[in-house]
Amino acid sequence: MAHVLVVTSGKGGVGKTTSTAALGAALARGGERVVVIDFDVGLRNLDLLMGAERRVVYDLIHVVQGTAKVSQALIRDKRIDTLFLLAASQTRDKDALTEDGVERVIRELRPFFDWIICDSPAGIERGASLAMRYADSAIVVANAEVSSVRDSDRIIGLLDSTTAKAKHGQQMEKYLLLTRYDAIRAGRGEMLGVEDVLDILCIPLLGIIPESKEVLNASNMGTPVTLSNPASAPARAYSDVARRLKGEEVPLVVPSDKSGLLNKLFGRRAA
Amino acid sequence: MRLMDLFGRQRTAKTAQHRLQVLLMHERAAPGRADLIPLLREDILAAIGKHIPVDSDKVQVRVERGDVVSLLEIDIEISTLAQHLLQRRAPVFDVRQAGMR
Repeated sequence: MAHVLVVTSGKGGVGKTTSTAALGAALARGGERVVVIDFDVGLRNLDLLMGAERRVVYDLIHVVQGTAKVSQALIRDKRIDTLFLLAASQTRDKDALTEDGVERVIRELRPFFDWIICDSPAGIERGASLAMRYADSAIVVANAEVSSVRDSDRIIGLLDSTTAKAKHGQQMEKYLLLTRYDAIRAGRGEMLGVEDVLDILCIPLLGIIPESKEVLNASNMGTPVTLSNPASAPARAYSDVARRLKGEEVPLVVPSDKSGLLNKLFGRRAA
Repeated sequence: MRLMDLFGRQRTAKTAQHRLQVLLMHERAAPGRADLIPLLREDILAAIGKHIPVDSDKVQVRVERGDVVSLLEIDIEISTLAQHLLQRRAPVFDVRQAGMR
């Protein structure tokens, strides 16, 4: 039975979709059966980052409304055959997503996968709320920046109050994924440090993804960064996160693309 | 090959630009016709269904949108029982008799 993960943040542009694609690919490359679902109805982008934008026929709304079976809407990745995408609709209104429909889709997918990763839209409205509703645990993606941290705090509140787990009196597991992290600037005191963010949000740290040009290269190519350049710093960081998700103990370091003295000094200090 | 390629530097922005051009060309060409493919599927299935029973759950539709041509692929699983019916009712459609095998 699949574990359902939501990748959420509140704020836009912090790296939810990048993280969903990178983690989905890293898990699937390790042999896990993974489906990534785009909940951003009207503004889908996970298909682009997965390089499947030309192949979308049916989407989440078709499945929710019964036009297509979930098996007919899944798009199999061309590189890894245990990785699947369920795209969001580009044209429908987000109100077409219903609570019952989403619940059924997730129930139908659970027996066939190890991981169901729900890529939440930004904001706290319907799409975001339904993306987290049936999750078993949550990855809160944040940048070390004031507005992102504030929005993450808001999202943590929603995860604890509006999800199915919360309503059944259970505790939703929440993990922080700090993305676009610049160890040098944090070391210089120009950016919030890891400890600063952890002090405020008080949830366990799942990983730190360094700021890297490889992320843009990967999105240009439509290949998750963990596949486009597995040796790059963000790819190694995401692969470590994937191993932690599977329950492995992986020491937390911030991988780096550079090997300069300053970076070594500050990189270590920040880690 | 450009000099940058020699040094192993990929120029991914070019790929990004091309991908966006193809994608947006398709999206702009079809405002309000986004459900064209599901519609085509229904019509094709209805046409085939006149001759052979088709289980709509056993149909896979795939699309590959290209810059010059797009490919629409519809896999229809026909049960052996349905093929049997086909042979008995409409021998005209029997591919073996038509010498195609």
